[in-house]
Amino acid sequence: MFSMSRLDALEAESIHIFRETAASFRRPVMLYSIGKDSSVLLHLLRKAFFPASPPMPLLHVDTTWKFREMIAFRDQVASKGDVEVLVHINEEGVRQGISPLTHGSAVHTDIMKTVALKQALDKYAFDAAIGGARRDEEKSRAKERIFSFRNAQHRWDPKNQRPELWNNYNTFIQKDESVRVFPLSNWTELDVWHYIRRENIPVVPLYFAKARPVVERDGALIMVDDERFTLRDGEQVQMKDVRFRTLGCYPLTGAIESQADTLDGIIEEMSVSRSSERQGRVIDNDANASMERKKQEGYF
Amino acid sequence: MTMVNAKQDNSAQVSGLLRFITCGSVDDGKSTLLGRLLYDAGMLPDDQIAALTRDSRKLHADAPDVLDFSLLTDGLDAEREQGITIDVAYRYFHTARRSFIVADCPGHEQYTRNMATGASQADLAIVLVDARKGLLPQTRRHTYICALLGIRRVVLAVNKMDLVDYRQDIYDDIVHEYRELAGKLGIDDVDCLPTAALSGDNVGRRSHQTAWYDGPSLLEILETATIATPQPGEFRMPVQWVNRPDASFRGYAGTICGGEVAVGDAVVVQPAMRQAVVERIVTADGDLEHANAGQAVTLTLDREIDISRGDIIASATKPAPVADQFAAHMLWMGDAPLLPNRTYWLKVGARTVNVRITAIKHKVDVNTQAKLAASRLDLNEVGYCNLDLDHAIAFEAYKTNPTLGGFILIDRQSHATVGCGMLDFALRRAANVHWQHIDLDKQIRSLSKGQQSRCLWFTGLSGAGKSTIANLVERRLHALGYHTYLLDGDNLRHGLNKDLGFTNEARVENVRRVAEVAHLMVDAGLIVLACVISPFASERRFARDLFEENEFVEVFVDTPLDECERRDPKGLYRKARAGDIANFTGIDSPYEVPEHPEVRLVAGGRRAEQLAEEVVAYLLQGQGKQEGGAAP
Repeated sequence: MFSMSRLDALEAESIHIFRETAASFRRPVMLYSIGKDSSVLLHLLRKAFFPASPPMPLLHVDTTWKFREMIAFRDQVASKGDVEVLVHINEEGVRQGISPLTHGSAVHTDIMKTVALKQALDKYAFDAAIGGARRDEEKSRAKERIFSFRNAQHRWDPKNQRPELWNNYNTFIQKDESVRVFPLSNWTELDVWHYIRRENIPVVPLYFAKARPVVERDGALIMVDDERFTLRDGEQVQMKDVRFRTLGCYPLTGAIESQADTLDGIIEEMSVSRSSERQGRVIDNDANASMERKKQEGYF
Repeated sequence: MTMVNAKQDNSAQVSGLLRFITCGSVDDGKSTLLGRLLYDAGMLPDDQIAALTRDSRKLHADAPDVLDFSLLTDGLDAEREQGITIDVAYRYFHTARRSFIVADCPGHEQYTRNMATGASQADLAIVLVDARKGLLPQTRRHTYICALLGIRRVVLAVNKMDLVDYRQDIYDDIVHEYRELAGKLGIDDVDCLPTAALSGDNVGRRSHQTAWYDGPSLLEILETATIATPQPGEFRMPVQWVNRPDASFRGYAGTICGGEVAVGDAVVVQPAMRQAVVERIVTADGDLEHANAGQAVTLTLDREIDISRGDIIASATKPAPVADQFAAHMLWMGDAPLLPNRTYWLKVGARTVNVRITAIKHKVDVNTQAKLAASRLDLNEVGYCNLDLDHAIAFEAYKTNPTLGGFILIDRQSHATVGCGMLDFALRRAANVHWQHIDLDKQIRSLSKGQQSRCLWFTGLSGAGKSTIANLVERRLHALGYHTYLLDGDNLRHGLNKDLGFTNEARVENVRRVAEVAHLMVDAGLIVLACVISPFASERRFARDLFEENEFVEVFVDTPLDECERRDPKGLYRKARAGDIANFTGIDSPYEVPEHPEVRLVAGGRRAEQLAEEVVAYLLQGQGKQEGGAAP
């Protein structure tokens, strides 16, 4: 009897979801956040439509506070030329000088990420936005459908989700409504790394341990990535061997001390890890269940 | 059987993934049991345990050392506030022996559709029963839905044993009753065990409190449960996407949902039954020699044939049956009831077609499994129905092939998912009743009358003036030499529709019959005027869909309710207000206003003759015969 390996089964499920999205929506887009999940997503997007080029563009919502290495990696992806990479910045937010350092993570995330995303979706009239979120990341994500409906105001109604049976997805929407699609719903963080290793998928070097300049702030190790970062009284920049488990805006993303500088090392470290993936994300700790509230308002 | 080009992966759990759900009535302790299971399996990261400790203290100030495991899976604000589970939560964990995907399902009846969402992809169900309460209606409902969706393996956890002093007699009674229920529903494989989720008895490890139970713990049962792998079946692949990067390549992408395929195999494209041979099996990792169920591939064929999304590529020697009428089990998930004869969209595989439920054979009382007569299915009700599709599809019985036998129903207005169903078998009359070919057609018939046949559909409240205006329009058209017929809703209720009342179900059927008769008359070449209140947008759309473009003219006689009530030509509003007539449109039954009628008649002080002229003028624009000065 034929039986598929776990990674093969996950890959096939994700490809199915990509094809269903491309076939059912007028103007789909893949949200590209440059992280490891986005790298896997892009790899699956190419596979799903091979030998054709991907039939949808990528969209990166740039908060202007991403790590410099992330932007360099994004530009390298775009230079390959087989897929269009759109970049959107909330210019209004830039004019107001919104910064995570002065306005705090909540205001910055809302204006430069959530509002910016909605601006971009409206600007290009995208009716389906594919994202790399996984259900094992966070409690409210564990509850979300694979094809997750949004009303004309981009809002998610967690108490009234469409039933989703088998892999038979309801892709019908009215004008101005949209869906968010999550092909990696059933992947775990460990699956993602195993797949990156198996398929040789390039990821941003920040995931690998290296000596980097960091500051300890509010219990997190924050990397000093550019001159906008100002030291508070008593803070000192130190060189430490660190890596990142997730990537976001650099002032809001905590590093972990690690010696794992290879994929094998990362997988080994993860297998014995006693902490969860989003622990380093400053924005998740704003208030309990805050991810749900942000998602209702349109955060990815 | 092995796969060519299969990659080795080195993850710790390469096979033996088990997908299961936890279900049962509210407060039986599902979320607590699952949280306990994750904790005992060592799958909770330190920061989650810290957060759990903090949250537990906040909610249970009286018991500072107890961990409230239900908080782990109840992830929504509303769930934590109300202490209930609203929607399915998925958790991923593994032990040294196996990896698991578990869906924690809500227990409340109103969230049954979410429970079905979780159950549709599960191999095994853990059914929880509170030892103090025994089997509850929701225990039976969930077991019924598990059986309906094809789950053949259940673990019964008689929980909260600590609250009945671990008494074996109580446990034995519940087990006996449950086994009887499961047997009736065709679930043969039932493991039973006593648990106390809060204290962890028999969850992650065996308990010394239940010395009379010598079986394995819940975690051991899950680690060793075998799941019967379904028969591979014959080759089937729904086409999801036609891949055409340039003129040199044309491939059909999809996920194989049955059997296997190899290069050189003869296949048939269904339902049209076009034959071809598989030339290549394309993937981004290189071409394959064979591919199996579960793989997402792209096929190329040896000849150019017309294939589009929704078609099925199947084994040429053993193709799938094709039909347009079925019997099916259904679970209704819409807030508004399922009404027979209303049209919905049905999605199966990658195909979406129009479907009408022609009959509800019976609904099922999930507590007693009794079959009851029904004229509608309400939210969360289960029934057995006959379906009539507007296109034939290739299908399989659900138990043979869930992808080609499992369907969802979608409301055509709101686009909500309102039902799901499992195809059972094709009704024989679909195969036996064929369209008779007729030489004369509509065009010939209407040409000989010197006109274009049309259906003028007058909709509006009772007393709006539909019949009066339609009568004037018909007289005018007749005077101009057109061949017409007026179908008046009230008059038809004396004959064709005299068996119908005024419930929502009967109104749907009434409109369907009038629309079908109008359709026949239009086919005969006539200009038909149909006057029916037709209060629901869905049925007016059904009527419209019977006709070709421009053939159907919706005339909305837009007279306000207070004006209709003031006129009250038949005294009906008075009776309805007095409570002598029930389900009266505008009073206690809704009228859904047409959004885009071709003609909207607003009296605004004009006489019926003037309104009739407006309709005639609209109609004459499209007629070949031109009348000099038709509109006075």
